Amino acid sequence: MDLAFFGVQLLNGLQYGLLLFLIASGLTLIFGIMGIINLAHGAMYMIGAYLVYDLTMRFGNFWLAILVAIPIAIALGLVIERLFLDTLYKRDHLYQVLLTFGLILVLNEAQRIIWGGDVHRVPVPAPFDASIQLTDNLQYSVYRLFVMGVCLVLAGVIYGVIRHTRLGIIIRAGAVNRDMVEGLGINVRTLFTLIFSVGVALTAFAGMIAAPLTSIAPGMGDSILITCFVVVVIGGIGSIKGAFWGAIIIGMATTFGAVLIPSLASMVIYLIMAAVLLVKPRGLFA
Amino acid sequence: MLHRYPKRVAYLMLVLTALVATFPLWGEAVFGNQANFMLEKLTLMLILALFAMSLDLLVGIVGLVSLGHALFFGLGAYTLALASPDFRPASMWWMLPLVIGVSACVGLIVGLLVIRTKGIFFIMTTLAFGQMLYYFISTSQFAGGTDGVFIMFRPSLAVGDTLLVDLDDPYSFFYFCLVTLLAGYLFLRWLTRSYFGQVLDGIHDNEHRMQALGYATSGYKLIAFVIAGVMASIAGMLAAMQYGFANPAQLGWHTSGEVLMMLILGGMGTIFGPILGAFAYEILLFVYEHATRHWPILMGLTIIVAVLVLPRGVAGLMIAPPRARKRRTTANDAPEKATVSAQPVTQSKVD
Repeated sequence: MDLAFFGVQLLNGLQYGLLLFLIASGLTLIFGIMGIINLAHGAMYMIGAYLVYDLTMRFGNFWLAILVAIPIAIALGLVIERLFLDTLYKRDHLYQVLLTFGLILVLNEAQRIIWGGDVHRVPVPAPFDASIQLTDNLQYSVYRLFVMGVCLVLAGVIYGVIRHTRLGIIIRAGAVNRDMVEGLGINVRTLFTLIFSVGVALTAFAGMIAAPLTSIAPGMGDSILITCFVVVVIGGIGSIKGAFWGAIIIGMATTFGAVLIPSLASMVIYLIMAAVLLVKPRGLFA
Repeated sequence: MLHRYPKRVAYLMLVLTALVATFPLWGEAVFGNQANFMLEKLTLMLILALFAMSLDLLVGIVGLVSLGHALFFGLGAYTLALASPDFRPASMWWMLPLVIGVSACVGLIVGLLVIRTKGIFFIMTTLAFGQMLYYFISTSQFAGGTDGVFIMFRPSLAVGDTLLVDLDDPYSFFYFCLVTLLAGYLFLRWLTRSYFGQVLDGIHDNEHRMQALGYATSGYKLIAFVIAGVMASIAGMLAAMQYGFANPAQLGWHTSGEVLMMLILGGMGTIFGPILGAFAYEILLFVYEHATRHWPILMGLTIIVAVLVLPRGVAGLMIAPPRARKRRTTANDAPEKATVSAQPVTQSKVD
């Protein structure tokens, strides 16, 4: 493996990891603050990708499609939180698992009814559909670099909001002691709705910007969900910092695993998780 | 959790058991030429009931919500499929111990890792380990990849040359599964009422208190995890015998989700509830599949409604019918669940 090839793999791993972070951050926020385990999180990723596919076909413009799809995703999050999750906050995780599993079945099948079972692709959008020549026979897609940039900016925004704003203080406090925050006169109910919608929007957005890079297929949400669980377990539940580093580790491990040890590639991330569990059962950053 | 149930529950279960056991007598009269098909369905329900019941030991009795129980179900199926010789039936006398041994070893290894985690972490790690085996099997050469493995001959149960039970005969196999299920039920009933079971019940209610009382709770949980895994693998082995193949789908997390559904439909923590749940789930599935191509929507909605309005399942209805319990039981439910959900919330943090 020469240096340029290694560099490309490094970039790929980084890009995949950053994308995973977007999804995992929503998952970990929803759990850390609301105490809800949301299995339907992966389905939202899938819906994001399909929405952008559908709207790009309609409008003929990827960017316009994203602009329209984001409010739809937020609205979906709002509806689900108000309709179903509202009753689950005080109940055992088992019921959250089951209800959100039911949601997966409904959303996956709704996807089949609306968009069918075919695999789709979205073309890489206009200003970024070029690639950079690295060496004579290696080039790198500009769109991947763009995705990386967007993810990094969003990661910075999330970190900034949680660390340095009033809302962030409330969020951190709400994760530690929900009752106390409520006692101090903060409307936790609204906070939850906000957090859930943002979490759903983040993962749906990840699906949208990933759409030109992957094939859009039924069930694409299921595999990403489980990968994100591994990310969250490695990083520590409820920790944004943990989600970030966990995602980078998994992104790198997946990319390099596929190149270096193809026979074990599909298991590498689980082996890492097992190793982390042995050393730090509550995750690296918990 | 494990108090005496009203007499009517026992009577109802006995009547249902008798009804199932006599199916070969009345099946043909009711279903006509569909009787054989129905017998197969019924056998499958018995197998799934055993699977759901094994999960109840973890979820209902110990309070460990596993989303990777299909790992053991699939493990049982694959052990049978891979260990069976190609051109003659294997003997049940070594096949059953092999399945038990393999699943106990895997249960011990996975258990040692996942028992270290709690609450939501436990859910995620069991799911992840289940998927690990799923990906391992579905990308492997020796286990047939995504196609799975066919089983040419069902194992035989014989002494010398005389067959004790002809497992190739659908009726005999049906009774074999029924007896296995009843044995599993009696075993779990005995286990949960034993000293060991009382400790598990205590862990469910308050693990910290049990630790303070001097119980090494991790050990108890690990043993429960292994037992549940072994029972699930026996169910998986029977399922593979029934279908005639082992398939990666039997390992996948959708199977784990489905068995949790059976548990909630039936009523967890009751041991007999999951049996009803498995039957209810399979009957619903049968009806939905015949009603529409898009049956998962109906199944998804059913489970959402069940979670919202029937958290204690069919068994909950039988133990305390809605007329008698009024609002009191629902009020009683709340604090018990609140303690469970309150724990991880205080543990989590955002930074």
